[in-house]
Amino acid sequence: MSVTELLTQSLEMIAAVAAAPLFLGWINQCRAWLQNRSAPSVLQPYRVIHKLFHKDAVIAANASPLFRGAPYIVFGVMVVAAAIIPSMGTRLPFTVAADAIALVGLLATARVFMALAAMDIGTAFGTLGARREMMVGFLAEPALLMVIFVASLISATTSLPKISEHLTTEAIGLYPSLAFTAVAFTMVLLAENARIPIDNPSTHLELTMIHEAMLLEYSARHLALMEWAAALKLFNYACIGFALFVPWGIAAGAAAPSALLIAIPVLGLKLLLAGGGLALIETLSAKLRVFRAPEFLATAFLFAVLGLLVHLLLGG
Amino acid sequence: MTQLSWDLQLLNVCAALLLLLAFAMLSQRRIVTLVDLLAMQGAVLCIATVLVAWRTGKSHLYVSALLTLGLKVLFLPWLLRRLIRRLEVYWDTEPMDNIGGTMLLGLLIVIFAFGLAQPISALASTSTKSTIGVAVAVTLLAFLTMITRKKAMSQIVGFLSMENGLFFAAMSATYGMPMVVEFGVALDVLVAMLVLGVFFFQIRERFESLDLRHFESLKEDR
Repeated sequence: MSVTELLTQSLEMIAAVAAAPLFLGWINQCRAWLQNRSAPSVLQPYRVIHKLFHKDAVIAANASPLFRGAPYIVFGVMVVAAAIIPSMGTRLPFTVAADAIALVGLLATARVFMALAAMDIGTAFGTLGARREMMVGFLAEPALLMVIFVASLISATTSLPKISEHLTTEAIGLYPSLAFTAVAFTMVLLAENARIPIDNPSTHLELTMIHEAMLLEYSARHLALMEWAAALKLFNYACIGFALFVPWGIAAGAAAPSALLIAIPVLGLKLLLAGGGLALIETLSAKLRVFRAPEFLATAFLFAVLGLLVHLLLGG
Repeated sequence: MTQLSWDLQLLNVCAALLLLLAFAMLSQRRIVTLVDLLAMQGAVLCIATVLVAWRTGKSHLYVSALLTLGLKVLFLPWLLRRLIRRLEVYWDTEPMDNIGGTMLLGLLIVIFAFGLAQPISALASTSTKSTIGVAVAVTLLAFLTMITRKKAMSQIVGFLSMENGLFFAAMSATYGMPMVVEFGVALDVLVAMLVLGVFFFQIRERFESLDLRHFESLKEDR
């Protein structure tokens, strides 16, 4: 474990935690532009989090310790997830401990705690949101795993940094299988992060909401942590996407610290483009009925499996 | 992994797109969009044919690519759209409730088709033999599309898509059929379309709908 590796690791974690609200702010700004609204500042999510941290928390009388603990657990899990996703360099000391499948498990842990906390108070909305979240989750997870399996088959490893390294060093070719899985991954990303075809992130009181329904009982610092964790989750998903499909520009292998200097602006550029793309998708599509969500995610699963089959048959 | 030459890679992309379009047709509810998808499938098929023709230097494949372009991309979709307009079924949708299940069934069919095509691919001597499985899968998926539909128009689209799959299979297994056969098939499809066009009007006059479920009951039961 060299100094450079430790430096890369800590830099990645700090950057993820610090830049996640900025990424969310950027997406919101793009959405506002595309929808002809005057855009909020890119820094708006920071202001919201800052404001919430300075408020006094109101907690229901019958809340159990689980309810108080869940925000810290969820936030912690997301930080750990950020640590094992290669966003800038591929030589990360933490990634030896956990591969891509463990990462999916980590994200599932966060989801379970969130759903449990939402049901803890016993309000109708919380339970409703938790149930819907679990439905979306159990449909999205196989699709996400299938996406990871395709990338793993191509690179013959389940470790995310090794997949990125393999793809950056491989001669550039056309991979129809990767194109299919990229579409599947985008759909999973939208569903898992409560984006538009499945859930509307900008609504707060609506019968069809999923993610917001689970947070209704939270206030002040707990809500701030939950919102921050949600932003971090989106950031993490974007970085998983980059690692699997567009790893170019990452500091691959035992690179010199100077490679990191290139990797940082490249990551910023990718995030800028990804944010714009996400905003475009969300503007162009309408929210689906909750009962159509299984169809949406079945399509994502189908794309991922098609990618797998195409890879096995055509070898590309 | 050994790197394929760029034209084979492009052909693989075409094959993957054909498979994708077959699934898109399987899950599409709106009949007009089905016709658009059919036209797209024809266009991809045309590109694939040109690629194979360029790779093998067989000039008769250029002719069949032109035939595909003229018939399957331009003429038949135009004819179908015109029919849809005149039958006033523009806003018709299929009453399908279990699309997710149908698509999972489609996945099983693809696996079955890939297994089925493996011995054929092993025997074929063409450089495009890896796409035979995709062609068989497209054919079977089109068949499934026909089975799951109730409206006459979408069954026709499924039928034409099946023909696309067979054409692609012939191309990947033996670099296309003899010219005479190809012209014969094209003519058959064309005539079938024209006859069915007339037939649709008759069906609608008789049953006041293009829903083929009406065919399932005998006259006395109605």
